[in-house]
Amino acid sequence: MASNKPAPDVHAGRLSDAEITANFADMHPPLTPSEAIIDADRCYFCYDAPCTTACPTGIDIPSFIQKIRSGNLKGSAQTILEENIMGGMCARVCPTEVLCEQACVRNAHEDRPVRIGLLQRYATDPIFRDNTSLFERAPATGRKVAVVGGGPAGLSCAHRLAMLGHSPTVFEPKEKLGGLNEYGIAAYKTPDDFAAREVEYILGLGGIEVRAGVALGRDVSLAELRKQYDAVFLGFGLAGVNGLGLDHEQPPGVVNAVDYIAALRQEQSKARLPVGRKVIVIGGGMTAIDIAVQSKALGAEQVTIVYRRGQEHMNASQYEQEFAQIRGVTVRLWSKPRELFVEDGRVRAVEFESTRTAGETYVLEVDVLFKAIGQRVLWESLAGTAQILELEKDRIRVDAERRTSIAGVWAGGDCIAGGKDLTVSAVQDGKLAALSIDKLLRGS
Amino acid sequence: MADLTTTFLGIKSPNPFWLASAPPTDKAYNVNRAFEAGWGGVVWKTLGEDPPIVNVNGPRYGAIHGNDRRVIGFNNIELITDRPLATNLREIREIKRDWPDRALIVSVMLPMNEQSWAKYVPMIEDTGADGLELNFGCPHGMSERGMGSAVGQVPEYIQQAAAWCKKVARVPVIVKLTPNITNILPAAKAAKDGGADAVSLINTLNSIMRVDYDALTIYPATDGKGSHGGYCGPAVKPIALHMVAEIARSRATAGLPISGIGGITDWRDAVDFLALGATTVQVCTAAMVYGFKIIDDLVDGLDNYLDKKGFASVHELVGKAVPSVTDWQYLNLNHVDKAFIDQDLCIKCGRCHIVCEDTSHQAITATVNGARHFEVIDAECVGCNLCVSVCPVENCITMRPMTSGTDPRTGRTITREKADWTTHPNNPGRRQT
Repeated sequence: MASNKPAPDVHAGRLSDAEITANFADMHPPLTPSEAIIDADRCYFCYDAPCTTACPTGIDIPSFIQKIRSGNLKGSAQTILEENIMGGMCARVCPTEVLCEQACVRNAHEDRPVRIGLLQRYATDPIFRDNTSLFERAPATGRKVAVVGGGPAGLSCAHRLAMLGHSPTVFEPKEKLGGLNEYGIAAYKTPDDFAAREVEYILGLGGIEVRAGVALGRDVSLAELRKQYDAVFLGFGLAGVNGLGLDHEQPPGVVNAVDYIAALRQEQSKARLPVGRKVIVIGGGMTAIDIAVQSKALGAEQVTIVYRRGQEHMNASQYEQEFAQIRGVTVRLWSKPRELFVEDGRVRAVEFESTRTAGETYVLEVDVLFKAIGQRVLWESLAGTAQILELEKDRIRVDAERRTSIAGVWAGGDCIAGGKDLTVSAVQDGKLAALSIDKLLRGS
Repeated sequence: MADLTTTFLGIKSPNPFWLASAPPTDKAYNVNRAFEAGWGGVVWKTLGEDPPIVNVNGPRYGAIHGNDRRVIGFNNIELITDRPLATNLREIREIKRDWPDRALIVSVMLPMNEQSWAKYVPMIEDTGADGLELNFGCPHGMSERGMGSAVGQVPEYIQQAAAWCKKVARVPVIVKLTPNITNILPAAKAAKDGGADAVSLINTLNSIMRVDYDALTIYPATDGKGSHGGYCGPAVKPIALHMVAEIARSRATAGLPISGIGGITDWRDAVDFLALGATTVQVCTAAMVYGFKIIDDLVDGLDNYLDKKGFASVHELVGKAVPSVTDWQYLNLNHVDKAFIDQDLCIKCGRCHIVCEDTSHQAITATVNGARHFEVIDAECVGCNLCVSVCPVENCITMRPMTSGTDPRTGRTITREKADWTTHPNNPGRRQT
């Protein structure tokens, strides 16, 4: 590589605070009361509603919308949250365009679904704003359950267990609960610290003990938990990051997208974050979109997503892809990195090769390269856990009730096989596991 | 272009659309605006004796809303005009002078004594107005004083008051009827017998809109109390159409000219009234909800419709549907309809299935071969039209008559021969054939 290039351009404060605030404003601002009533009126109150079938948590969508129509917002929120305690977050982050809203019969009628996600937010926002209690605990059973991981799966499981009268303890290695809701999701999808407010609401039920800063494998073992608790739920997610498969692939300038996003989410003054002028993102999922759009929002000049296959293969929905493009992100398809060019100990350019035409290559200059090619369970940190659980494609194998291969241990969220890597699926896993645990604890 | 000119009791108007006697016709200012917008005529808001009545200084109107806050039903407690008689008479005279081609009818409400009619009718006629409409319909306020619907509910009073008016009137007299009765025919016949030249209907229905959910009082209320009002708007149209059709088809009243009123909002509503026997129609609620501009659609919608149907004038449409209205006992019981769902139009909402399943005849599938699919089970379908009524997609579900074969529900052969209740074996009072 030529060495007459300027120094790598990575610094903070590319944009003013005002610009950054605007760029990180709510991606989908909440509906006004008028908008909500008009959209609620568009719901046909379908029989055996396709939207409900399409919702991983099975929320009775026509009913909650009918309750918006009738001015019964509290009842509406109850209908949502009794199936999905994270209905507030899911209203913000669910890819509704491929779930409930894709199933809406209005698509067949006029190609424009009822805005279910925004209506769900409209119904639930007042509950979290006013901290309205909607759930009560059943009489205490005295049974204890260890919940490993304080993300959506673990919190959903713990909340349901507490409702049913059991005493869950949540073990979370990080300082805050919430998992990817707190550390992972793009900031403009959940502004105003909503993730933390939702966690607070969930814990407000009572009966949920939290042990933050405690990691499975480091501070406590699965064997101990099984001994000390009546049941164990594993929802530790995907703490490991997949590699590019290149030699020396982590020089300075190459960053795990999830790590940067976590830092970004925790940073109160985003103008302080260092941002590259030329940013490349490798990957095709939601994390790739999120890091690309957020880099742009922080002031990166050129942001390019490079994905090894075609647009239709990307895990990010078409809506998300278009969103990234509208925000000024370039997407290059059918190519993968072949070599990183490092200068003065820092990545300065990447050579890509076509995955379709052998021998075709191109080079892109880069100040920061983000890896966003998926996460994996960090088994090496879980001290023998992998050895006693049956796995499938490196994730935990579970049955329909989210039972693992060992008695008394359930699992859910991103760490199980067949998981959809969605908040809403994780919530459903936690709920189903809690119901299964409850059945066992009451039966025994 | 069909001829929209209407002649009603010899009174000409450029189109059959009149504004009904109500707040929109209380003043020259409003009426001028209405005529500028293109309305064919107005019935001036009801005049009474001097000194004028007073109105409340609180809410006079309430509404029932549908989708997107469309007004479906409307009610009011406003009384007749609260302006001095002389002011109204002067303005009526000016309007008639300025708009000679428009129909100008004056509504009037007077106590049940002959002297009042003898005193006020000539004063009103002196303005040059084309006709009088006797308000025997208002169901609130004035009825407590023995006028309005208090008259309209007693056929003898209708006849008497109409006769007093006719005795002095030189212009045509229309009697406006109240729907707050069980049978419209005695009232209509009484008007005719009293010498009235025509009837107009319906006036508004006794109604309470709702309660205030916080205060738990009637809503709307004036200082915590409310009184029943008169209900109108699209919700009352079917009631009005029934009453109009009854007058048009009954031997004792057939041929009595009718001015139809009740929920008319667009040209199709006007077609309903005209085809069921009205010669002109009167509009109030739609104007009060949307303004006078709705006359554009009323006029050219009706015009286009008449052209499409090959009618040269409004008068050719009048009464066209009356012969199709009959008593239940004469309906052909041999006729068999079955619902049919057009699968290309079906959006699979399942509303037809669930209403049929929960509340009717279990005649629509939810799944076929494991897939979400809604189709009619002819062996269960009684042709009730419920599915058609609830389907969100127009023309997706239609009723289709069976013309041959066997009705799979009853096992009976389809016949073209008509048979009704009057000859049905289950009818204890059947006609012997």
